[in-house]
Amino acid sequence: MDWFYIQGILMLAGINLIAVLGLSLLTGFTGLFSFGHAGFMAIGAYIGALMTVSPTTTPAGLGLPFFVGVIAGGLGAGIVSYFIGRITLNLKGDYFCIATLGFGEAIRLILNNVQIFGGSRGWPGVPYKSTLPAIILVDVVAVLFLANLVRSRHGRNMVAVREEELAAQITGINVFKYKMIALVISAVYAGVAGVFFAHYMTFLQPKMFSLTKSTELTIIVIFGGLGSISGSVLGALILTALPEVLRAFEIWRLVFYGAAVILIMISRPKGLMGGMELSPGGIRKARAERKARLEAQREMKQAQEGEIRNA
Amino acid sequence: MLEIKDLHVSYGGIRALKGVSLQVKEGEIVTIIGANGAGKSTLLNTISGFLKPVRGELRYKGKALARRPDLVVKSGICHVPEGRLVFANLTVRDNLNLGAYLRRDSARCREDLEKVFALFPRLKEREGQIAGTLSGGEQQMLAMGRALMTDGDLVLMDEPSLGLAPLLVRTVFDIIGKIRGMGKTILLVEQNAFKALAIADRAYVLEQGKIVKEGPSAQIVVDPAVRAAYLGSKSLA
Repeated sequence: MDWFYIQGILMLAGINLIAVLGLSLLTGFTGLFSFGHAGFMAIGAYIGALMTVSPTTTPAGLGLPFFVGVIAGGLGAGIVSYFIGRITLNLKGDYFCIATLGFGEAIRLILNNVQIFGGSRGWPGVPYKSTLPAIILVDVVAVLFLANLVRSRHGRNMVAVREEELAAQITGINVFKYKMIALVISAVYAGVAGVFFAHYMTFLQPKMFSLTKSTELTIIVIFGGLGSISGSVLGALILTALPEVLRAFEIWRLVFYGAAVILIMISRPKGLMGGMELSPGGIRKARAERKARLEAQREMKQAQEGEIRNA
Repeated sequence: MLEIKDLHVSYGGIRALKGVSLQVKEGEIVTIIGANGAGKSTLLNTISGFLKPVRGELRYKGKALARRPDLVVKSGICHVPEGRLVFANLTVRDNLNLGAYLRRDSARCREDLEKVFALFPRLKEREGQIAGTLSGGEQQMLAMGRALMTDGDLVLMDEPSLGLAPLLVRTVFDIIGKIRGMGKTILLVEQNAFKALAIADRAYVLEQGKIVKEGPSAQIVVDPAVRAAYLGSKSLA
């Protein structure tokens, strides 16, 4: 395996990670499941590409620098998500999930029919601008921002919404607002991921942003563990690399991929890191919880033995 | 304090409240009794802003009541929901602190926390325990404590005795009396009509979305129709 190949996988994992981190906020911390985030990725990808593509290859292209594309792609996805949220965030549970599914597919079908972007034939000529250092930089910024957000008052409000929506409202939390914040941030993350994706593939096709992609993102979040940022990071790395590692199995590789995901979910039902964090504070917390659990078990055992003696 | 006029609320095509009017005055305990499905919880949930009325007027302290749950809390109405709904994965203390979420007067919040602990010594003992592991009665106390932490003047209570052992039911009603002693006004929805009428100043009888009777509790409790429908035929003695 040469470095170029490994670097490619790392870049894809890093790009997925950006989108997964956003989805982690929405699903893992706020409790809203989405099957349409590939739609936000697509919006980011197409807007980003529109900014950077040279006017000589695509008449609509603006030929602007890459970072303009990144910002525009993220903002574009965020703005669209705001309007989608206005309509759908009042839907409860599964209904929101289905609405996002519809949204993701609608974006794909719309792009299939927009001829200036090549429609379903695809759009070649996106400049190759995504570099590994740039992706890692964005990943780090994304993780730091998210880690600070979930530890803030706003993050705790989102967790309260996830835990018990009605009770959160009773204590005075504006549930709609916090769902909206989580949705918009997750869409901005997905949009930025889309821009990097476009400038890595150098070719865009609506098919890339199908339901399969949305599902993949949600699977990574659940696999990594709901409510854990480190889980999302590990999940993105492992699940992006896994199909590549399994290439030796050729046509069977997706079967093994599915089997591996099932096995891990059975052995760790809360995902790799459900609710825990790989940080000094997180490790302390996990240790304290483990200690408390063992103590409770010991006390329970003693109590049971006592009962047996008494009987 | 709270004034409701001609309130209509629907779930889809089903009309749950058909022109309910009622009043709660400061310092009172008012109870709403009625059978399952009469619309008692619907009424409380509408006051709290979870449900939008089709028409009707809701006024609190002379002003039109906001129609969003968080703004209702801000205006000084707190809700002890049916089925308690505590944050199961948080500690007792964190649950109580969340009640004070909208408040900025941290010194008074600490005082109120002490008051809540004085009212519910059991919660003080279990301060650091995860709320989901509390017993049903303790969770009910926690939900009440959380509501008190919002510092609202009007407390809405939805079936506080639901699913509790008879001994605990008595404790819960004792506590409701003490909460009134703290200067709160209480609007109580209960299936346990006997207990509710015993503690309340006034009562409304809700039947299929309409108020069919209202008056001082002492009068409602001896009403033959009410006795037949909600209290069984057994005598009060």
